[in-house]
Amino acid sequence: MRRYAPFLLIAAMLLVPEMAHAARISELSESSLGGRALRFFTFQDASLRNALLGSMLLGICCGLTGAFLVVRKLALMGDALSHAVLPGVALGFLWNMTKDPLAIFVGATLAGLLGAGTVQLLRSTTRHKEDAALGFVLASFFGVGICLFTRIQNLPGGNKSGLDKYMFGQAAALGQGDVMLLAVVTALALGLVLVLYKEYALTSFDPGFARTLGLPVSILHYSLMLLLAFAIVSSLQAVGVVLVSAMLVVPAAAAFLLTDRLAWMLVISALFGMASGALGAFFSFVGRNMPTGPFMVLSASSIFALALFFAPRHGVVTRWWRRRSQSARIRRENTLKAIYRVLEDHGFRTEQVSLAELAQQRRVTLEEATKEVAELKRTALVTISPSGEPALTPQGWQRACEIVRNHRLWELYLTHAAHIAADHVHEDAEKIEHVLGENTVRQLERRLNYANRDPHGRLIPGIEDIRAGTATMCATRVPGYGGAEP
Amino acid sequence: MNPEDTPLEVHDLTVAYHRKPVLYGIDVTVPRGQLIGIIGPNGAGKSTFIKAVMGLLPPASGWVKIFGQPYKTNCHRVGYVPQRESVDWDFPVSVMDVVLMGRYGHLKLAQRPSKKDREIARECLEKVKMLPFANRQIGNLSGGQQQRVFLARALAQESDLYLMDEPFAGVDAATEAAIISLLRELKSRGKTLLVVHHDLATAREYFDSLMLLNMRLVGFGPASEMFTAEKLQTTYGGRLTILSDVVQAVGNQA
Repeated sequence: MRRYAPFLLIAAMLLVPEMAHAARISELSESSLGGRALRFFTFQDASLRNALLGSMLLGICCGLTGAFLVVRKLALMGDALSHAVLPGVALGFLWNMTKDPLAIFVGATLAGLLGAGTVQLLRSTTRHKEDAALGFVLASFFGVGICLFTRIQNLPGGNKSGLDKYMFGQAAALGQGDVMLLAVVTALALGLVLVLYKEYALTSFDPGFARTLGLPVSILHYSLMLLLAFAIVSSLQAVGVVLVSAMLVVPAAAAFLLTDRLAWMLVISALFGMASGALGAFFSFVGRNMPTGPFMVLSASSIFALALFFAPRHGVVTRWWRRRSQSARIRRENTLKAIYRVLEDHGFRTEQVSLAELAQQRRVTLEEATKEVAELKRTALVTISPSGEPALTPQGWQRACEIVRNHRLWELYLTHAAHIAADHVHEDAEKIEHVLGENTVRQLERRLNYANRDPHGRLIPGIEDIRAGTATMCATRVPGYGGAEP
Repeated sequence: MNPEDTPLEVHDLTVAYHRKPVLYGIDVTVPRGQLIGIIGPNGAGKSTFIKAVMGLLPPASGWVKIFGQPYKTNCHRVGYVPQRESVDWDFPVSVMDVVLMGRYGHLKLAQRPSKKDREIARECLEKVKMLPFANRQIGNLSGGQQQRVFLARALAQESDLYLMDEPFAGVDAATEAAIISLLRELKSRGKTLLVVHHDLATAREYFDSLMLLNMRLVGFGPASEMFTAEKLQTTYGGRLTILSDVVQAVGNQA
C-alpha cells in the first residue's frame, strides 16, 4: 500500500470538497437505515435499478476475465491496466468537457492499450522482466492521470464534473448509457468465453503446445487483453480506478480455492463477482452514498476469506479440522496399543488393565491416562470397570491388534527387506502403523512369509487372534498365538 | 523422392537466443519409421532443436520441412511432448481435459470435442495405464504419471511424426520401460519419433538412430555407428574422463 500512499493522498484531497455535493439519490432518500434498505429492495427509482444492474454486470464480466488472468498468472496485469486507463478517462472528459460515456470509453481503452503496449515493449526491448514493466506503467500512467484530474478540478465548473467518482467508484452515478455499455461488454465476454473456451483454456494451460497445433496464440492472448481493457473501462464508473483490479482478481482467486476445473472456476468466479457487485451497491446505497468500490471489494474479500477458511479441500479450517481429527485418532490408537502391551506383559491372563500400568506404558501421568481412557470409552473401544480400570471391547481389541500388527510387520519389513538395523526401526513404525491400509498389510504379510515374530522377538498378532478376542486368546493361544511357535 | 518418406528435413537451421547462436547450420534428413534419440551435453541445443522445428523459436536462418511441406501446413501431422516443467501443474484441469487437448489440432476453431474425440482420449489414457486417474486434477499425480499424461496427449494427436522433449526425465525405471515399449509400438506402426534423451548408457539400447548435437550436428546415423569414442568425444567436448567412463560402461554392457 505504501506505493500508493502519495496518490491516495492526492485522491483524498480531490474527494474532500466533493463530499459536500451529495449525488442525486441521497437527496431524495429516506433518512432511516431501514427505510433506505427498503427502498433498495423495492427498486423504486430508476437510478437505483441502474446502479444494481450495472454492479452485477460488472461483477460478471470482471469475474470471467479475472479467472483467465489468475490462471495465466497475469493478475498484476489487471492492476497495471486499470491504473493506466486514468489519463484516458481525463482526456475523454476534456474532449467535450462532459462525462460522455462513449468518449471516456474510447479514451480509457486507448490509454489501457497504450499501457499494455508499453509493458510489452519494455519486456521485449530491455532486460526488464514483466514485474518491473508492470510497476513502471502502473505508477507513471496513474501519475499522469492524477495530474490531469487535478487540472480538470481547477477548470471552471471542473469541480462539478463528477470525475472523482472514477477514483473509488459510485454505482449511484451510473447512467443508462453506462449500464448499456456494461451490458454490451458483459455479453461480449460471455460470448467469447462460450465460443472460444477450448482455445482459451489450452492457451492458458500450455501456450507452447497450443502453438505447435497451429492455434493463433497471440491473437487469442490479445483478444483476452482487449476484453480485459473493455471490462476495466466499463467498470470504472461503478468501482473506480483504484479498486477495479480487486474485482478482477479476488472473485477469481476465491473460485480457484473452491474447484479444480477451469469451467467451474469461470462460473463460480462470475457468480462471486456478481454477488460482490450487488452487495457493494447495496451497502453503498444504505450507507448514504459511500463510494461503491471499497464496499464491492470488501464483499469480494469476505467471500475470499470464507473460501480460504472453509473450502472443502483446500480450506485452512477444513485442513486444520482434518489434521485435528487425525491426530485424535492417532492418540486413540496409541492408547489402544499401550493397553495391548500391558495385556501382553501379563500374558493376556487378565482383561482389565490397571491405570497406573497404562500410564507407565504410555509415559503419561495418571490424569492424562484417565482422560485418554475416557476418550476410548466415548468411541466404544473400551469399557471401564467401577474401579476405573479399562477393558477392551471386541472393536477395541480388533483395532489394538491391527495397530500392533502394523507396527511389528513394518519393523520386520524394514529389518528384513530394507536391511535396516533392528534398533532403528521403531520410530518409523510409530508413524507408519497409523497409515498402513489393509492391502499394504496383506502385501507385507506375503512378502514376509507370514512371519509371526517381530525383530525384537515379540509375537505379531494374526487374523485369528483378532477374531478370537482377549478371553479366548488367553485360554487357548498363549504362548504361541497367531500360528505355530517356531 | 516421395515426401512421405521424409517426415522431417532440416536445412541449414541456425537458432539464436539474444543474438547468441545456440544451433549452427543443422542439416538433417530424417527417414520414416525410426526411433531416433537426440543426445548431447547440457546446453547443446537439444530442446532448442525440436522447438525450432515446430516454429516455437524463430530460426535465424534455414528452413524446416515436414513431409515436404512447411511446418504450418502439416502441423496436424506432428505430435509434441514438452518438458514436464513447462506447465503449471496446479492449473485447474483434469487428466482427461489435458489428453483431450491433443485432439484440438483436429478440431476447428470454436468446435467442441465430440464423443469420438473423448473415446480416442480414453483409449490413449488406457494405453499409458492412466485411465483410472482420468478425473484427477493433474497436480495430484506423481512425476511419472504426469509424464504419462503428456504422452497420452501426444498419442491423442494421432500424428505421424512425434517430437518428445526428455520424456524420461524424472520417471522411475518401470515407467521408463513402459514408455519405451510404447514408443517402439508407435514405430512399428510406421510413425517416426525424435526423442531428446540425456542418458548415454541407455541411448544405444533404446534408439535405432542417434542424432549427436553440440551446438552443431556432430553426427546422425544408426546408433551402432554413432557410438564411437571419437564421435562421443566430439559431442561431449573436453570432458574426457566422464566420457571414457560412460563409453567403458556401455562397452561392458554390450
